[in-house]
Amino acid sequence: MDPRSRTAGEAQTRWPQAMRLAGLMHKEFLQILRDPSSIAIAFLMPVVLLVIFGYGVSLDAKGIPIALVIEQPGAEASAFAGALGNSEYFVTTTVRTMEEARQAMVEGRADAIVHLRSDFARQLRRPGGAPIQVLLNGVDANRARVVSGYIAGAWQTWLISQAAASGVAVTVPVAVEERVWFNSELRSRDFLVPGLVAIITTLIGSLLTAMVVAREWERGTMEALLVTPVHIREILLGKLVPYFALGMGGMAVTVGVGVLLLGVPLRGSLLVLAAVAAVFLLVALGVGLLISVATKNQFVAGQIAILTSFLPAFMLSGFIFNIASAPLPIQWLTRIVAARYFVSILHTVFMAGDIWAVILPNLLVLAAMGTIFLTLARLKSRKHLE
Amino acid sequence: MWNRVLALIVKEFLAVLKDPKSRMSIIAPPLIQMFVFSYAATFDIKNVPYAVYNEDGGAASRELLAGFSGSPAFQQKFNIERQGQIADLIDRQEVLMVVHVDRQFSRDLLRGNPAKLQIIVDGRNSNTAQVAFTYVQEIVSTFNEHWAEAHGGPQPPARLDIRAWYNPNLVSRWFIVPGLVGVVLQVTTLLVTSLSVAREREQGTFDQLLVTPLRPLEILIGKAAPGFVIGMVNATIIALLAHFWFGVPMTGSVPALYVGMVLFLFSAVGVGLMISSLAKTMQQALLGTFLFLLPSILLSGFSTPIENMPVVLQEITRIIPLRYFMVILRGVYLEGGGVSMYLNQFWPMAVIGVLCLAIAGWLFRHRTT
Repeated sequence: MDPRSRTAGEAQTRWPQAMRLAGLMHKEFLQILRDPSSIAIAFLMPVVLLVIFGYGVSLDAKGIPIALVIEQPGAEASAFAGALGNSEYFVTTTVRTMEEARQAMVEGRADAIVHLRSDFARQLRRPGGAPIQVLLNGVDANRARVVSGYIAGAWQTWLISQAAASGVAVTVPVAVEERVWFNSELRSRDFLVPGLVAIITTLIGSLLTAMVVAREWERGTMEALLVTPVHIREILLGKLVPYFALGMGGMAVTVGVGVLLLGVPLRGSLLVLAAVAAVFLLVALGVGLLISVATKNQFVAGQIAILTSFLPAFMLSGFIFNIASAPLPIQWLTRIVAARYFVSILHTVFMAGDIWAVILPNLLVLAAMGTIFLTLARLKSRKHLE
Repeated sequence: MWNRVLALIVKEFLAVLKDPKSRMSIIAPPLIQMFVFSYAATFDIKNVPYAVYNEDGGAASRELLAGFSGSPAFQQKFNIERQGQIADLIDRQEVLMVVHVDRQFSRDLLRGNPAKLQIIVDGRNSNTAQVAFTYVQEIVSTFNEHWAEAHGGPQPPARLDIRAWYNPNLVSRWFIVPGLVGVVLQVTTLLVTSLSVAREREQGTFDQLLVTPLRPLEILIGKAAPGFVIGMVNATIIALLAHFWFGVPMTGSVPALYVGMVLFLFSAVGVGLMISSLAKTMQQALLGTFLFLLPSILLSGFSTPIENMPVVLQEITRIIPLRYFMVILRGVYLEGGGVSMYLNQFWPMAVIGVLCLAIAGWLFRHRTT
């Protein structure tokens, strides 16, 4: 047979398929454009979250209010007050009695009390030294620990300056020299913004897709589509492509605003980031499709998508909380959370660079998960056709 | 009138409870969330993997390193011999920290010069790095005190005596779990209520409801009831879990907690119904809920203090009911105090609830699809 005519024949049979697919995608894009809520979740949500994480939520403690009780003013007490006051971490308020300080802490006006007794100056010259009582508000344990560290730092500074002033060379036996790699100023923004990419793509890929497709099952329009000559593969592809585009758009907004406006470093390459995000988005879309087919009910699909993809992406991915500190059963549980692998890559690509030893193993797991979920979604949809 | 309202309430409950999948999705998720997240959400560090690069090898350095291996916060994974191995281990995230003892460590220590201990930390998780440092500081200062005592070095003229109120052992779960009670309640309540009006609008049955003799206020009560009642049941269960399972003390008054719960659920139901009345479809309602839910959790003070935020955002947090409930929860569990102590938290939630419900009721008739 003439090879030319064969290709022409193949093209003829393929052409309507491509047309059908284009038609399905066109319909889906129109649906996205017509309902402002999808656009809002893809483009408004990242901006809102970036503003909150960029300017609002900060794990860094600065300007901690401290009540400093000085029962007997004197040169020694002022020197210590100076050491506390000079620290950028504290805003100190000096009071005369412990009662006032307690009141301030109960009312939440102080996060810690530093108490110098009336005999502070006298005690300093005695063997054993003067006790400096520190009371922390322990409700936020993490913050209390950090505050305690800062107070100890200020105390150390004061000790050294005291020793220098009195001409005695007091040295600490062991001095710690701290080096932080990848985030030398320990800015929590640089840590939180990369993880946001995972949150946004999960929202679009799983929650939005699960609801949209569940609606089609709920209303019976999916069944109507299935009886047409359109292949199930084409229907799913017609759903995947538009939401994939929306997800990548949401990711681009997050990365763009994060890097350009908030000054979060991107030390790895944009290409690697986009490629990894694309793979993760496929996993999220697969989960979304699977949920929609399994539930066929918008309310339940929304609930399940939130419970199985959004909340884990938030709490179990290492986005905010460190996985290694959780109990072992929880650590095992995080292994089936796709966002965990993505967040790990995100932190590395943003802060450290293209370190393949971290990227490759995580990417492989994501690729495997994507294949599994997409295949399951496809199988489950076919079964319902029969 | 009450017969009509009662009939509507029964119908609303049926709408949520009749489908077994839907029934499961209002009971199981809050419990699962409470369990999993209470264990997962911690800022403490445990078993942080680290490597030791000991160039000194003397007895003093071994004593100092014993402080690290004895701490539950750290877990030694490697002993390294060359400087070059450090970057590799940290880059690959095999270890989070490298403890480097200088070659002259013992000599410096014995001569009374400051001996150098270098700590290299992976800053990719800035919070873990920060907390790891405070643990390192504690270990080193304990060593320093022992050394100064044993070798008759100069004693510091003053010492710190640090204690914590409300949470003496600084267990971060005591902070997270009461907060989670609020977060989980908000998530479930909003999801149940936010779809109630939108579902009927999408299915076209809401117009039928409007032409019945039911007045907007009565529809409002009917729509609010399931979310409120389900919320109260969930609230009671998870509040008990927090105390009896997770061991968070309950130092304040239970009535104060319940007044807070009622008002918080009232305002959350209000927000949910307002979003629901604004939406034309269930998708809009759910995504709209998300646009409110996520920022409101982040700005409520659940994970980071409101005082750390810029003033503009601090003002915005005033319209978030969870912010007030968070203060009540942590207060009642940890700080103590009765109903009168939380008046300033009670009234804003009541105001938010009334306003949102009023808007929702108005929208019933004035938003036509």
